[in-house]
Amino acid sequence: MSKPIDQFTWKDIPIGCVVTEAGNAREYKTGDWKSQRPIVETSKCIKCGVCWVFCPDAAIYKNAEGYFVANLDYCKGCGICARECWTGCIKMAEEEK
Amino acid sequence: MSDKRIGMEVSIAMAEAVKLANVDCISAYPITPQTHIVEHLAELVAEGELDAEFIPVESEHSALSVCAGTSAVGARTFTATSSQGFALMHEILFIVSGMRLPIVMALANRALSAPLSIWNDHSDVMASRDCGWIQIFTENGQEVFDQTICAFKIAEDPGVLTPTIVNLDGFTLSHVVEPHILVSKEDVDKFLPIYKPLFTLHPDKPLTMGAFGMPEIYSEAKKAQDATVRDSYPVILEVWKEWGKLTGRNYAPLETYRMDGAKIALLAMGSFCENAMEAVDHLREQGIPVGLLKLRLWRPFPFDDIRKAMKGLEILVIMDRAISVGGIGGPVCSEIKSALYDQTKRPKVFSFIAGLGGRDVPPEHFEEMVHQALKMRKKKKVEEFATIGIRG
Repeated sequence: MSKPIDQFTWKDIPIGCVVTEAGNAREYKTGDWKSQRPIVETSKCIKCGVCWVFCPDAAIYKNAEGYFVANLDYCKGCGICARECWTGCIKMAEEEK
Repeated sequence: MSDKRIGMEVSIAMAEAVKLANVDCISAYPITPQTHIVEHLAELVAEGELDAEFIPVESEHSALSVCAGTSAVGARTFTATSSQGFALMHEILFIVSGMRLPIVMALANRALSAPLSIWNDHSDVMASRDCGWIQIFTENGQEVFDQTICAFKIAEDPGVLTPTIVNLDGFTLSHVVEPHILVSKEDVDKFLPIYKPLFTLHPDKPLTMGAFGMPEIYSEAKKAQDATVRDSYPVILEVWKEWGKLTGRNYAPLETYRMDGAKIALLAMGSFCENAMEAVDHLREQGIPVGLLKLRLWRPFPFDDIRKAMKGLEILVIMDRAISVGGIGGPVCSEIKSALYDQTKRPKVFSFIAGLGGRDVPPEHFEEMVHQALKMRKKKKVEEFATIGIRG
């Protein structure tokens, strides 16, 4: 994207707010308003990927060691992964300021 | 330029203007009293006289949604509606103007239910006053024809790109047969070149229209939209000037009738101005120094024209054809009062509401408004608004 949206003045936003560049939604970090974050205790994780399946925001990825962890730039903190985890290895922790 | 007058129903004249404007796409749902406009356009398309897509839909919400799509791909787009249909479009009105899609709409003004009424007043357009469209009022069939063609040129101007509504009073204009001077196809083609959109939806060059606006951008977007509609004012004047050169018929945001030396002015919109002119003539015969202001351009609101027209006026009598229930009474009067608030010299303003739901406002009623205002000016306290022709 040419510049972050909070740097556009009213005079230079494109007419009708048209977005002329395809695929730039990935540049928005949409996870900054979560109030909880998932913490994975990898010693209990069996790498089944249930959390990855259930994540409604596709925010969970498989890391280099094969564990499933949340990308906190996109995780909304809904807690579905913690609720669905078979082994109980995901705990939701309060976000601190 | 031929000055041959051709008698036809105003709705048909409007459809002929749309044909001359060489539209690419029409989507509309029939509703009284707009029906004859789209019915005639559907015939023109079916008979091959107009090379356009006529897309039938199941509601006005869909009609304007279809128009949003066709305008987004770069097609010159027209729709027409009235009253409840316009209300059903309400949501899409704002989307279309925010996305800056230069659709032209004919709005055959009609009262809103309840009670159910098919007859004319201005409650439909006033309820969607803030929808971000340019809004123009017309007084007779010739004006409807002229303004329809001008509306495309205004809406599609690269500096404007804003949808435009041409208001015509339901029945009192839409269904009457009047003489019209038409304009040749060659002249219209020269006046109104092919629409060149800035952005189009096309698979070869992907882009997003109508994207989500985060709190960081929404206010800027609305400020930009407001500035655009305000700045469309000189473009509108330029388009009307060019039309005047072509046809000899000149238009202004605020038009005057017998305002020379007037101490009292009536102000009205739409077809009832013709009755008001008769009232002015009659009052002038009695020696009352009254004139008429006809407000043609409703958005952008012509603040400066209004302020200038107040020079020398002692009384301004405003007739509204819609009512803001439990509020300020007449929306037009409210805007004009706001425009005058900061003026050190301003006339006493009196608000009248008349002609709701098809009630006639004959010249005598306009005269009565002036007489009532002359009485009320001596009172210390007057009501927000008065009504004319209401029993009891």
